[in-house]
Amino acid sequence: MQTFQYQQSITVDQAVQAGARSKTAQQFADVRFIAGGTTLVDLMKLDVERPNQVVDINTLPLAKIEPAPGGGLVIGALARNSAVAHHPVVQRDYAVLSEALLSGASPQLRNMATTAGNLLQRTRCPYFRDTAHACNKREPGTGCSAIGGHNRMLAILGTSKDCIASNPSDQNVALTALEATIQVQGTKGGRSIPIQDFYLKPGSTPNRENILEPGDLIVSVTLPAPVPGTQSHYLKLRDRAAYEFALASAAIVIKTNGSRIERARVALGGVGTVPWRSREAEHVLEGQTANAATFRRAADAALKDAQPASENGFKVELAKRCIVRTLTGSTQSA
Amino acid sequence: MATDRKPTSANDLPEQEQNDTPSQQPLSPRVSRRFFLSSLGAAGLAATASPVLAATATLEPAVMEQESEAAAPAGAIPVTLKVNGKSYPLRLDPRTTLLDCLRENLNLPGTKKGCDHGQCGACTVHVNGQRVNSCLTFAVMHSADEITTIEGIGQPGHLHPMQAAFVEHDGYQCGYCTSGQIMSAVAVLSEPVGPSDDDVKQAMYGNICRCGAYPNIIAAVQTVRRQA
Repeated sequence: MQTFQYQQSITVDQAVQAGARSKTAQQFADVRFIAGGTTLVDLMKLDVERPNQVVDINTLPLAKIEPAPGGGLVIGALARNSAVAHHPVVQRDYAVLSEALLSGASPQLRNMATTAGNLLQRTRCPYFRDTAHACNKREPGTGCSAIGGHNRMLAILGTSKDCIASNPSDQNVALTALEATIQVQGTKGGRSIPIQDFYLKPGSTPNRENILEPGDLIVSVTLPAPVPGTQSHYLKLRDRAAYEFALASAAIVIKTNGSRIERARVALGGVGTVPWRSREAEHVLEGQTANAATFRRAADAALKDAQPASENGFKVELAKRCIVRTLTGSTQSA
Repeated sequence: MATDRKPTSANDLPEQEQNDTPSQQPLSPRVSRRFFLSSLGAAGLAATASPVLAATATLEPAVMEQESEAAAPAGAIPVTLKVNGKSYPLRLDPRTTLLDCLRENLNLPGTKKGCDHGQCGACTVHVNGQRVNSCLTFAVMHSADEITTIEGIGQPGHLHPMQAAFVEHDGYQCGYCTSGQIMSAVAVLSEPVGPSDDDVKQAMYGNICRCGAYPNIIAAVQTVRRQA
């Protein structure tokens, strides 16, 4: 691990000022905020991240989970994944988020990892994590070892000729289906970003993963007020029953009236380069009868643009079945 | 917490190296490998067996802290850690993980280094009562925290009920994952975990046992939960 200067920030402004001295807020940022450390310390040990300054934000008052003024729920950036997953309001109104969090990592990691840190969780692509290999996400212009390499775990949606790394988060799939907004404090003040606009597909700049600029600090995530009568559910398919990243996962937020689907939100994990919102599936579902044929058509629509690599073609059908099964479970209990 | 289950001899302890905290251990006629090797380092390579024993008797925590200060590289920063109820003023390279600090700076080697990347659970300790992977956090981040390690859970003669249950149920083979398993198991006692064996498996999956002692580990955890 490279040496770095350690600093604790006492206020959000202090943290923003410290972060603003970084040349980038993306890969190889020279100033990094640290909260839970579960991604950053791991990557620093691998020399995949080499900040020369680490700003500890754990002392900031950002761990609260509280009702939003206009309805909904505000989750502080430093709220730990375990605290969010077991929060009674989350369990009651946003079950998909609790289920997604509890399907990820381990109890120990969930006690450390924070809401904002999870938003910024990095890919588990083995070539990104190994500095001996070419990786455009880590070292722009070096090439992609995953294309034509071991890519069984990697993305089939939103890929480019430069990168097929999958986003590994469960939380962010649920937050995408819930249409969360992300509150960011930066050098020019605060702003609120719909999660749909937060992540960047790799394109020709896979090193740029989101819209954050130097000095930007995520302070909270807001969930909109739940639509009464809505069911939500997360299903994660993986090689082991526990402690493993998704091969495919689905987050569904759905409201039915009798057998008619009034409103549906569909997001996928394990298959996209970013947490993957499928408006195509939502368009198929809304206004239709909730049955197996509708669900299958929605699943086909969600995966119609899938572009598998050499080892992950199975994910196309797996993701479809994941969607169908999650929709079936979410509408049976309605 | 006290228990009426006691090991019949020191050999029954799941982790012999727990004994190595010099501040808490009278000089024993039995010398562990770690104690021998670390003492040999302190006493110099020319030392013979009897000076080693003499040296171990004088290795007080204050001496070790001075050593760690002297060895601290440029850029080290002062931090006081509270571990098992005791305060330790230190100067640490900020790169020092909590795990390495516990083992190398505080001479509390009961906490184990397995994968060093948050994937195996061998390094599990409690921070403010919550179980965490000590390999994925920097020690300097914990000046305000109460840290508990396996050494603070129980000691020979007054084992925590979970330690005693692991002995009783043979919840280990090689023993390397055991302190992490026990730290997780103790945390499970105060977490929202259902009553079944499957619930315990779910709660304990952050701790990998390569020997495959899982059935006995679950039996140990369930025994203590039923007592509670």
